[in-house]
Amino acid sequence: MYKYDQYDQAMVDARVEEFRDQARRRLEGKLTEDQFKPLRLMNGLYLQLHAYMLRVAIPYGTLDSRQMHALADISDKYDRGYGHFTTRQNIQYNWIRLEDAADILADLAKVEMHAIQTSGNCIRNISSDHFAGAAADEVVDPRPYAELLRQWSSFHPEFSYLPRKFKIAVIASEKDRAAMRLHDIGINIVKNDAGELGAAFYVGGGMGRTPMIAPCINPFVPLDQLVTYCEACLRVYNRYGRRDNKYKARIKILVHEQGADEYTRQVEDEFAHLLEQGVEPPHDELMRIIRMFEAPNTDQTAPNDIDRSDPDFALWVDRNTVAHKASGYVSAVISLKPVGGIPGDATAKQMHLMADLAKEYSFDELRVMHTQNIVLPHVRKADLHALWTALDEAGLGSPNLDTVEDIIACPGLDYCSLANARSIPIAQRISERFAETGKTGTLGELKLKISGCINACGHHHAGHIGILGVDRKGVENYQLLLGGSEAEDVSLAKITGPGFDENGIVNAVETVTTVYERERQDGERFVDTYRRIGMNPFKEALYG
Amino acid sequence: MADTLRYREDEPVDHPAVTVDAFLDQSNASAVRIEPGDDARELVPHLERLALVEVNFPAFGDGRGYSSARILREAGYDGELRAVGDVLVDQLAYMRRCGFDAFEPDQQLDMDDVQAAFDRWPDVYQKAADTRTPIWAKRHS
Repeated sequence: MYKYDQYDQAMVDARVEEFRDQARRRLEGKLTEDQFKPLRLMNGLYLQLHAYMLRVAIPYGTLDSRQMHALADISDKYDRGYGHFTTRQNIQYNWIRLEDAADILADLAKVEMHAIQTSGNCIRNISSDHFAGAAADEVVDPRPYAELLRQWSSFHPEFSYLPRKFKIAVIASEKDRAAMRLHDIGINIVKNDAGELGAAFYVGGGMGRTPMIAPCINPFVPLDQLVTYCEACLRVYNRYGRRDNKYKARIKILVHEQGADEYTRQVEDEFAHLLEQGVEPPHDELMRIIRMFEAPNTDQTAPNDIDRSDPDFALWVDRNTVAHKASGYVSAVISLKPVGGIPGDATAKQMHLMADLAKEYSFDELRVMHTQNIVLPHVRKADLHALWTALDEAGLGSPNLDTVEDIIACPGLDYCSLANARSIPIAQRISERFAETGKTGTLGELKLKISGCINACGHHHAGHIGILGVDRKGVENYQLLLGGSEAEDVSLAKITGPGFDENGIVNAVETVTTVYERERQDGERFVDTYRRIGMNPFKEALYG
Repeated sequence: MADTLRYREDEPVDHPAVTVDAFLDQSNASAVRIEPGDDARELVPHLERLALVEVNFPAFGDGRGYSSARILREAGYDGELRAVGDVLVDQLAYMRRCGFDAFEPDQQLDMDDVQAAFDRWPDVYQKAADTRTPIWAKRHS
């Protein structure tokens, strides 16, 4: 894992003092709310419906037990004893007082954490593959490159007042576990025929009200030019991205309106120019970072056998563990999706427990998944039963990874001032319904994602089943979408037809799964069947 | 009118800046003002006759002027580069990093706050248009 040196620590400490000073000037009236707002946003502080929300960065979703304990302590000390893990691999606290914000940032800085650029029209926290460093299929661990970009993008003097927010994801495998092509920049580290590593750049993806899949603008940028190429992409966007309409200000609109070829031409020109400017950190710096992400010292004699005599445990192993590159190990997913629970929420007590278990069983490392679950990346198969027992006792043993119960949901109208409809209760009722009918297992992989407004924080465009909450004449109404995917088979979901009320949408989800059960062929997932048979059979079942 | 903050030793230009279009049309102007939508690169062939470039920030949240400034410095411009308009304390340090060496804010700034802003960052993570050494260079010097 990356460790701060004295430079990193000094920068984060300076940021805390800067924010403390800004908050003071706001209270003294030297800053108007309009002037203060982007400053607090760039420190993760939003104003929601009922209180301030603080979004804390978890760079590329990786943290250690000391940091997870600190996150738990913050939720106890400054919030209501819980936190919410997000689709940006971050954590949010929903009940923060403005007066406490600088002190929270100071507490975070003590454990090498921060809330820098977790909001605002700047380069946001960089996300990555939650199985990085463990996945059997990766070309290389993508996180050192994400860390290089974290430092480059932090306090960037040219790119802190962009037309709109800017999200970057870095992966390094054919399987996409980070929704890479739905980012402003998606980087996939690949190996060419000569065995050299390079970065494929996908630019102009995104969800929101105009979802787009990013086109590849350069299939192979040498890794010793990674920062320079990002700088070129950002400069063209900063200069030419639309600023007349915030809903058309994301880079996807620029790439779409100019055309990918023209945008690419401008980037390549700027890149050629910037190569002469010496903005790229030296190779030694990349090597310094890579050394901190060395693979854990796994036990090469670790047994591969798992005692499956306890059926509940065996089910959890089948559903919630994933192949690891080291023999005798797996990555284990801790579901934050208990039936009827709030997706992504964890109590302080649960966070402390997850931290302790990471220390005991996973080389002191945890990951936050963009699907709002937690990963213990390096667990000996021989330790799985003990791990599962501890998780199950704490309500963290739900065997439902990638099932219909593993729902992504935005905070919705329960918290968010932008929302048109509630998301959380819909997620709760759907997981309860499928748990009751016992169909969760038979439906297999089924990714269900719920957003409470058109801004799509719940990734509904990328759901095998997506739900979008809208306001229809003052009443919450839910549209149903089918056929999206955020993975390597990326696609955008299509709306089925007229929306439903709260009861109706739960029934509608059940109806489309019934069509799937009737129509599916061997080995087909829900989304495969949808792609084969198309929308009509689902429409007929829904609307008659 | 608020005070202009200037971090240069030479004498200020004493005539007003003209628009980019006017500058490109006339040969004798030595001061020009860039608006957010202007292309700073149009000035690059004429840098030797420029002594002052003003970059206007009609609203502090419009960050195009940061790119304009860096582009001019990268092209070798070493005359005065002045940020004018909605120039606030909390943007000064980044502006300086992008090559601005003068500031003409609409509203008077508190000079203690200005000094604190320039003294804020012990180091920097990127190479930009100032003389500061990036952290990555210090780590491997």
